[in-house]
Amino acid sequence: MKKRPVLFRRLTDRIVKIISVLAALVGIFFLLWILLEVLFRGASSFNFQFFTEISLDGENGGVANAIVGTFVITLTAVFIGVPAGLLGGIFLSEYGRNSRIGNLIRFASNVMMGMPSIIIGLFVYSVIVYNTGSFSGFSGAVALAIIMLPVILRTTEDMLSLVPNSLREAALALGTPRWKVTLHILFKAARTGLITGILLATARVSGETAPLLFTSLNSFYWPAEPWWHFWSFFTSPTANLTVTINDYAMSPYKGLNSMAWGASLLITACVLVLNVFARYHFREKTK
Amino acid sequence: MVKNGKKGGYPADNFFKGLTFLCALLIVVIMTTLFIQLFYQSVPTIRKFGLEFFWSKKWDPVNLEFGALSSIYGTIVTSVIAMLIAVPLSFVIALFLVEIAGPKVKAIVSQALDLLAAIPSIIYGMWGLFIFAPFMQDHVQSFLMKYLGFLPFFKGIPMGIGMLTSGLILALMILPFISAVMRDIFQMVPPVVKESAYGVGSTTWEVSYHVTMKYGLQGVLGAVFLGLGRAIGETMAITFVIGNGYTVSASLFDPANTIASTLASQFSEAVSQPIFKSTLMELGLVLFIVTFGIQVAAQWWLNRIRLSSGGGL
Repeated sequence: MKKRPVLFRRLTDRIVKIISVLAALVGIFFLLWILLEVLFRGASSFNFQFFTEISLDGENGGVANAIVGTFVITLTAVFIGVPAGLLGGIFLSEYGRNSRIGNLIRFASNVMMGMPSIIIGLFVYSVIVYNTGSFSGFSGAVALAIIMLPVILRTTEDMLSLVPNSLREAALALGTPRWKVTLHILFKAARTGLITGILLATARVSGETAPLLFTSLNSFYWPAEPWWHFWSFFTSPTANLTVTINDYAMSPYKGLNSMAWGASLLITACVLVLNVFARYHFREKTK
Repeated sequence: MVKNGKKGGYPADNFFKGLTFLCALLIVVIMTTLFIQLFYQSVPTIRKFGLEFFWSKKWDPVNLEFGALSSIYGTIVTSVIAMLIAVPLSFVIALFLVEIAGPKVKAIVSQALDLLAAIPSIIYGMWGLFIFAPFMQDHVQSFLMKYLGFLPFFKGIPMGIGMLTSGLILALMILPFISAVMRDIFQMVPPVVKESAYGVGSTTWEVSYHVTMKYGLQGVLGAVFLGLGRAIGETMAITFVIGNGYTVSASLFDPANTIASTLASQFSEAVSQPIFKSTLMELGLVLFIVTFGIQVAAQWWLNRIRLSSGGGL
């Protein structure tokens, strides 16, 4: 190393330290700015109407149908994506550790995890919407499930790989069939991590807008039939919070704009609460 | 003893293995089908415009003449701006977390970064449209025009929208991801090496620069690739503020578009016109191929590090 005066070295060190503290503060500053703005602008439009009515006249009302819609779409996506992801992750961790096909699957799920969600929406549009002739909440759920699948796949594989082999060997030595070892024993051992992964993926997917733009669109009405007729979910556009935010934000009506903020607050609160809960749940168990 | 206790294995186990295999294979099937579908849907545009599509500035939905240049240009410029800001910031934040911060501060800042990453991208779009863009218009853009207006980047009318605002919002979005990966990489430096550097009297910065960074440099590049992949595909955060202009302009204040924002904003119009729709599909195909390429490059790069450092990463 070149010989440099101590003062110069101490000075550079101090400057860099200050810069990094500032950088961290910048990050926190923007986080607080965004969250507080969403909180204040959104809270002002929270009222009973907001949660229980739909808006027909462009000014008043609420986003009740969107709340239900997001809930149903996300739940359907979870029912499709999570079992497939769990089973696929089992394959990767139990049968496909070092195989070529296993590596191909891992590569594909890395690619799909990095794929822009709007492309996935485009894909589901051209496969489902185009062929069935109508936008539907179901196709939106499929798009979200495709986004969730690689995430759950990787999480499951990672969590199951952490379980020590001795557990597997002990169970197999007792004569337990392989499927029972996986589903009953390994899942119990990896339960916390798996649940965390699923919750985080659900939170992420419930906030997605782009894949729903081409698939479930948005609707301003309750489904025409009584609520126990599910067909409209499969055949017609379904209201949801995120696309509602998108539509209302661009609207010239101030009432709709403020409802967009309310919907933003709602979805942000749900996503962040789910996130914090999932991480806290995980951290507690490993203490 | 007979292998598996039964010749050919238990049917339940075989079924289970087959089922899990099919589910795992599903992701490969989806990826391949995605590519094929996008390609198939783009054929009309490919046939009509050919390679010229990629450097044509035209965008005329009325006469159905399209060119991808403005979208590709916008995507590249916004991503470059985002990376130029986010990568150094992430690097410094990661250093802060690993070398400087005490455990409590580290926990708070890490949690804050995780929350920043969890915020849905449309919220960034709302914040950008209603709060950040007016801020840019009133304070930043006029300032830049006054003092740096001789540069072609800062000419034009300051309306708060454009590639600069979009690039900044994008930087904010990818910052948490890149800094999280960098933090993990920096944490993998063996403490022994750092301690020996401290032991001979190095300052924190010197340890970070000569030891930590050198150790993690290749991993850092992998993190950069991943951030880039996210930046080029981000849609909802910037669709509101990019301005929807279909020209190629040097000014960062002019309306522009990215591939993702074009897909989001033009789709409803395009659905009814086959050539328009297949143009959007081709743009989607371009985005897919670029994202795929970045992933391949990132994987290959990270694999090389894993092999060269003996599996350390």
